[in-house]
Amino acid sequence: MELYEKTINELHLMLKSRQVSSTELTRAMLSRIEATDPDVNAFITVTAEQALKDAEMADQSISRGDCKLLTGIPVALKDIFLTAGVRTTCASRILHNFVAPYDSTAWARMKEQGAVLLGKLNQDEFAMGSSCENSAFGVTRNPWNFSHIPGGSSGGSAAAIAAQQAVATLGTDTGGSIRQPASHCGCVGLKPTYGRVSRYGVIAYASSLDQVGPITRDVTDSALLLGVIAGYDTKDSTSVDMPVPDYALALGRDIKGMKIGLPREYFIEGLDPDVQKAMDQAIATFRSLGAEIVDVSLPHTDYAVATYYLIATAEASSNLARYDGIRFGHRAENADGLIDLMFKSREEGFGTEVKRRIMLGTYALSSGYYDAYYLKAQKVRTLIRQDFMDAFSKADILLTPVAPTPAFRIGEKTAEPLQMYLSDIFTIPVNLAGICGISIQAGVSSQGLPIGLQLLGRPFGEETILQVAANFQKNTNWHTIKAAL
Amino acid sequence: MSINRTDIDYISNLARLALTENEKELFTEQMGAILMYVEKLNKLDTEGICPTSHAVPMENAFRDDIPATSIGIERALANAPDRHETYFRVPQVIE
Repeated sequence: MELYEKTINELHLMLKSRQVSSTELTRAMLSRIEATDPDVNAFITVTAEQALKDAEMADQSISRGDCKLLTGIPVALKDIFLTAGVRTTCASRILHNFVAPYDSTAWARMKEQGAVLLGKLNQDEFAMGSSCENSAFGVTRNPWNFSHIPGGSSGGSAAAIAAQQAVATLGTDTGGSIRQPASHCGCVGLKPTYGRVSRYGVIAYASSLDQVGPITRDVTDSALLLGVIAGYDTKDSTSVDMPVPDYALALGRDIKGMKIGLPREYFIEGLDPDVQKAMDQAIATFRSLGAEIVDVSLPHTDYAVATYYLIATAEASSNLARYDGIRFGHRAENADGLIDLMFKSREEGFGTEVKRRIMLGTYALSSGYYDAYYLKAQKVRTLIRQDFMDAFSKADILLTPVAPTPAFRIGEKTAEPLQMYLSDIFTIPVNLAGICGISIQAGVSSQGLPIGLQLLGRPFGEETILQVAANFQKNTNWHTIKAAL
Repeated sequence: MSINRTDIDYISNLARLALTENEKELFTEQMGAILMYVEKLNKLDTEGICPTSHAVPMENAFRDDIPATSIGIERALANAPDRHETYFRVPQVIE
């Protein structure tokens, strides 16, 4: 087994016992990036020089007997996380030259634990997209099949794990942007409960929905990394002041008698037969482990995509008002006065999908339409959230597919935004409800593409979904099947 | 709800976002289709339902007002497209 295939859990023990040095490991990851990234295009920026310096520092602290959980472990971040002194683009032309003046809290916490940064990962521009095709830095390709999308918006974060270019990565999830790419690339993606992880220093898309989470090779690493990044932050007043449990402790518990709910609205006609088959097999696995499978209903599921595209775009239109060419980012040349400078800088700096969402959100918030669109959507959001609370009175967790199909082909849905939006039907309601969810590999399609399974938990129920996911991985081999490249 | 070119011009002005002729044409059609799709929310009776602006119930978040250091002028200006001494410079506003 190559070094670059290993997990945080394995590498931490190897580093601690000096079986491998961080320099050796970091070099292995950098050569892997060099060998595979011309095809995959997961990285926007590779920070090779700094990574090797940090690896050397890590080796020095290990030799002093100081080896924290992530000391010397090479990781990478979606380019939405501010990283002091490192270019942070959010995959947008408008930030093509932006060097972050400070660290996001999630990254600062990983750094405190000794992590080594390999670079910044591709994504859909401002996290708006489901395919990683909306990037000013080119499309990321699915390591399982280069003609397919890796999913989005955290497509680079998932592809980098599938291509074994980083040991672990962070992504963000506003409507499925961690879980869907993790599913399409055959890795583990966790979207924590809203408020569990600080959003400070994470470039905002839709503030009431955005959440930070890990993408990893297995469930153990997901639990370990969540433990590092979770917790209250005075710099994010929406982060919740609750103790962070030792998530790894939950992994060893069995699931006998646990109630797993199947929301009937998610098992619809039109679900890809390979996806359906993977779900049926997973349900059988959980039954054999002693779980009780129960039928539940989330009656407002059909309204989630419409609700999401009003709330998310409205919040985005407000959040993205800051990109005006004045204080940072791209500034248009030859503008005729201050207002024209804003018009032109934004025209030149934003891609088509971002413009479309700013327009839609501005419309939804505009005078005379606020009640009909934004307020209406917020009320429906209450109904969607209530559906989940009702379901969790009958079941401990919910099991669903992550996406209706495996990864689609590059270019397949770019002409029809609404079709692209509808591909997020199973992940979007989770953000609207603010609950937690994890995506794990549960099959491979007849075309050789990975298929993900989604486990949803109560607010702050991360331990339960990790526990159930760990039991699945202990009793199946799907997570050991890797992209051949 | 259909969208016409006048609406697109009005919204693009509100958003301070210049659009090309092609984009205007594309968005007129696509936003019309998306707004037709979201019409389905009107099938739901939401009379008396409270809007959710925040998914996790929280009271106002207060903290102690303790002075702390900020990032400083140089770092704040480091990404400025144009600067003059300790200011962001913009095109002349007042004739």
